[in-house]
Amino acid sequence: MSLLSRVVDVSDWPRVRLHVVTGKGGTGKSTVAAALALALASHGKNVLLCEVEGRQGIARMFDVDPLPFEERRIAAGLTGEDGASPGAVHALHIDPEAALLEYLALYYRLGRAGRALDKFGVVEFATTIAPGVRDVLLTGKIYEAVQRNARNKGAIEYDAVVLDAPPTGRITQFLNVSEVAGGLAKVGPIKNQSDTMMTLFRSPRTAIHFVTVLEEMPVQETADGIEEVRAAGLPVGGVVVNLTRPRDLRVKDLGVARRGELDRDGVAADLARVGVDGGDTMVDGLLHEAQEHAVRRALEDSQRKLVKELDVPSYELSRLPQGVDLGGLYELAASLRQQGLA
Amino acid sequence: MSRPHHRVGPLAAAPGSAPVLDVDALLDDPQTGIIVCCGSGGVGKTTTSAALALRAAERGRKVVVLTIDPARRLAQSMGIAALDNTPRPVEGVQGEGSLDAMMLDMKRTFDEVVEGQASPEKAQQILENPFYVALSSSFAGTQEYMAMEKLGQLRRDAQRDGTYDLIVVDTPPSRSALDFLDAPDRLSSFLDGRFVKLLLAPARGPARLMTAGLGIVTSALSKVLGGAFLRDLQTFIAAIDTVFGGFRVRAQQTYALLQAPGTAFLVVAAPEPDALREAAYFVERLGEEQMPLAGLVVNRASRAPLGDLSADEAMAASARLKRESGVSETAPVTAGLLRLHADRARIVEREAALRERFAAAHPSIATAVVPALAGDVHDLDGLRVVGALLAGD
Repeated sequence: MSLLSRVVDVSDWPRVRLHVVTGKGGTGKSTVAAALALALASHGKNVLLCEVEGRQGIARMFDVDPLPFEERRIAAGLTGEDGASPGAVHALHIDPEAALLEYLALYYRLGRAGRALDKFGVVEFATTIAPGVRDVLLTGKIYEAVQRNARNKGAIEYDAVVLDAPPTGRITQFLNVSEVAGGLAKVGPIKNQSDTMMTLFRSPRTAIHFVTVLEEMPVQETADGIEEVRAAGLPVGGVVVNLTRPRDLRVKDLGVARRGELDRDGVAADLARVGVDGGDTMVDGLLHEAQEHAVRRALEDSQRKLVKELDVPSYELSRLPQGVDLGGLYELAASLRQQGLA
Repeated sequence: MSRPHHRVGPLAAAPGSAPVLDVDALLDDPQTGIIVCCGSGGVGKTTTSAALALRAAERGRKVVVLTIDPARRLAQSMGIAALDNTPRPVEGVQGEGSLDAMMLDMKRTFDEVVEGQASPEKAQQILENPFYVALSSSFAGTQEYMAMEKLGQLRRDAQRDGTYDLIVVDTPPSRSALDFLDAPDRLSSFLDGRFVKLLLAPARGPARLMTAGLGIVTSALSKVLGGAFLRDLQTFIAAIDTVFGGFRVRAQQTYALLQAPGTAFLVVAAPEPDALREAAYFVERLGEEQMPLAGLVVNRASRAPLGDLSADEAMAASARLKRESGVSETAPVTAGLLRLHADRARIVEREAALRERFAAAHPSIATAVVPALAGDVHDLDGLRVVGALLAGD
């Protein structure tokens, strides 16, 4: 091992307990959140992966039964490079109605009144209609998982919590609970608690990571999201550039390929040498693919430059041609760990 | 579901695959008055809507496209960068038709509904209430509801003034594509909810028994949320109650409009498991609600490589070339080309399998497959290219 090689346990985010993963739809934020949870759960660490959008995406990714509102162990973490035994990833599907009832039970011992609330449709009202309340309940449960207290007896103390969060356009509003709750409940315990929650969300123990792909709109949305999150005083983490294309052509060949000037005869001769016989169609096909690839790469590079200009640590995950299955998640986890996100 | 005729092209007979969606027939049919593009986030709904609208306009129709959240450069090129909630003409459209575009301002649309339904004082009271402010800007579903509201308005105006004969609607990037169908209902159920009724019920007469229970509820809520919360809520509900009757009627009208034969739903997806799963839910849901589904658009499909070299063969050949590197100057390039080919062949194979599974479960859904473009779309020329690909040109 050379001095320059990566020391096993170095993460760019050693103090972070709550990793919030957001991103534009279609960029793969749930995949990245799952891979990050696996990566953090190495070396005997316990990690909780939470979802809040009612999609049961975690259950699908990890191929387990739909999750209840209950912490479940779903997978062993990533085995360390040094062979250290992994920890475990637990998952929690946060459902706002269950969170409200749990909250009332934990903090107010609202037995009869709690049931009455349910009966009178208040729970349904509060969780589906009352603006902002839904977010406060979801973030409240996340806060509780990060900052376990004596009320929740026997609960696991996690080394890290990863949140598969709402998309970039909604993330600031989602985490800015004290503003929402403060606007509605000016005094009272909800107000105090939302202030305490904000203290955690604004502290260096939280990091909001943005997932993007190297296309114009997602990168623009990431830039806007980072600005918004910063303006709200929330801590920006890293940018995870997902689904990058393979880099099978050397940089010096890309320009030539883009102009359609690759050495056709040379390529044809190489193909013949290794016994690939597809005639002109094959050679033309390969050169055409190369040209399209080069155009895409140029576009990716221009977007990559914009990502670099955001001036936050960035990480890249390449597109897996066979799609993401459980094995693929571990592969992505290893890559994130190697790059230092975990 | 019960369209009078099938919009299915000549390739529909191809066995073992979905029938081909004839986009031009859909756009040219004077009966088509509304096209709604729906699907999960990040599948290219906005681009698809804009491309369809432009193509329809250039084929002679008078079109307005209602977009929700277009890419900045696309919005600029269509002249709708300013968000002012009114359709603006798009410059550079060729031919006899016309194209207007607008970007939805959710809060303004909501405010306008309130102002249109209530007396000035009452409207003012509602607009200033903290619950209204939160509801109109952040309630999950408000955007969907307002998109439908705006669609209803555009349709009424168009019929009155003869301004447009086709409205293309892009739907909001929802958590789930279904939010868009559920939102109006959710607002109605808010009105009919027991809790809202209780808050409105006078504390006398037969309601007294119920209010005894309500006492427990309100004191519990005051304990948790503080008294001001409840007072604001009660004021809000009392103020907006009169307005809501109007809301409900309009929601029902818009719903009926969506079910009418002049409407065509296009479900937009990408060849990814999540997007296609959402598309499947949506297709089934539209069927249940008897909404007219025109077909499925699969965006960003990878193009099949030319030649019949399999991924494995390409990888093997690439490895051999690598071992023999130095035999020619071009060997590294050729090896790279072969790896690229293998990568693409694998993706194409996976996407085809996903589409076939979808088609097997929904065999009658006409489908248009749009190949991925090398670059981003941000001007009318780009939209024309997408439109042509949609139509299978």
